[in-house]
Amino acid sequence: MTEEEKLQKFQQRIDAGEKIEPRDWMPEGYRKTLFRQISQHAHSEVIGMQPEGNWVLRAPTLRAKKILLAKIQDEGGHGLYLYSAAETFGIDRAEMIEMLHQGKAKYSSIFNYPSLTWADMGAIGWLVDGAAIVNQTMLAKCSYGPYARAMVRICKEEGFHQRQGYEIMSKMMNGTAEQKEMAQDAMNRWWEPSLMMFGPHDSESAHTKESMQWKIKVESNDKLRQRFIDRTVEQAHHIGLNVPDKNLTYNKETQHWETSEINWEEFWNVVKGNGPCNHQRMTHHIKYHNEGEWVRECALAFENKKSNNIVVNLN
Amino acid sequence: MSSNNQFPQWEVFLQEKNGKPFEHQGSVHAADKKMALQNARDLYTRRNEGRNLWVVPTEYIAATTLEEEEEFFDPAADKIYRTPNFYKMPQGTKNL
Repeated sequence: MTEEEKLQKFQQRIDAGEKIEPRDWMPEGYRKTLFRQISQHAHSEVIGMQPEGNWVLRAPTLRAKKILLAKIQDEGGHGLYLYSAAETFGIDRAEMIEMLHQGKAKYSSIFNYPSLTWADMGAIGWLVDGAAIVNQTMLAKCSYGPYARAMVRICKEEGFHQRQGYEIMSKMMNGTAEQKEMAQDAMNRWWEPSLMMFGPHDSESAHTKESMQWKIKVESNDKLRQRFIDRTVEQAHHIGLNVPDKNLTYNKETQHWETSEINWEEFWNVVKGNGPCNHQRMTHHIKYHNEGEWVRECALAFENKKSNNIVVNLN
Repeated sequence: MSSNNQFPQWEVFLQEKNGKPFEHQGSVHAADKKMALQNARDLYTRRNEGRNLWVVPTEYIAATTLEEEEEFFDPAADKIYRTPNFYKMPQGTKNL
């Protein structure tokens, strides 16, 4: 079969709703885009443990601490599911981590913002995980089997993340004046970055067209963002939080909430590495990765010793 | 040995309930069997998804490919006489 015929057959399989598996033929562009996207997604889950890890020791109650720990452990697990999915392209996890450390692979910019108060644990769970769920529910329908299966698993587990976040916000909104203020402040800081999580407008997005044709994405950035806005605005109002956007209006005709234009200059600035925490997040990851080196060496030495224990000592 | 070693890969199979088949879940990295089982437990059973695990080094998994699918599986396609409905029973036959 010629390359052209292979490509045609591949597109037919995609159009018929078939899943592509690791050993199937696929165009180089499909492989590259998915590897970049899945490894970036994996790094995001792992880096995303940091802003929340910041509050484990200061969680207000034992209940809150247990929940936060379980959530962070889930994020680590999601990173592992995704590294496995990315490894199906024949690139080892060690290489992916090296690419992250060298700045050749990115992670979601949302984690380059600091978590300043306990209310940020509420805002992250409710808004950041909420936005992630909208995106990931779409990705569960993606044409690449290993990625879609990882997404199904992740979506199942994320349900509690968003609810625990909203519970924190709701409790604070029923609390003292200071607690309400703290919750509103977290809302003000996390709202716009959460909208940015869906990426540039469809018209500006370099990969959208091809990704949609190959069903790497099955819905566009703007459509997903709008879904998130519609859900979230109503949840905010339900517990008395203001959405920090003076242009927020409900369009009765379209039945959608309309918002101001996003500050894209800020978005690109953070993507380029100039966000408040880019440096801190990477330094932290590199430090603990390197400090764990002796543990990895010991584990391998122990395994080697066990598998060599049948060697007869000739002395 | 690379200082960045992430350990060999293992495939994880989980039995949801006693008597059910073991089903593939995904993979983990681990230095040995014990670590592979512990990692698999931590990754795939945090919500009581099952109580019995298998781990197998990924390198020992052999798999068919889409390219050889037809050649490999088609011989079964024209052998419907392997199913009970292929056979005509005399009218009135019972318990067969």
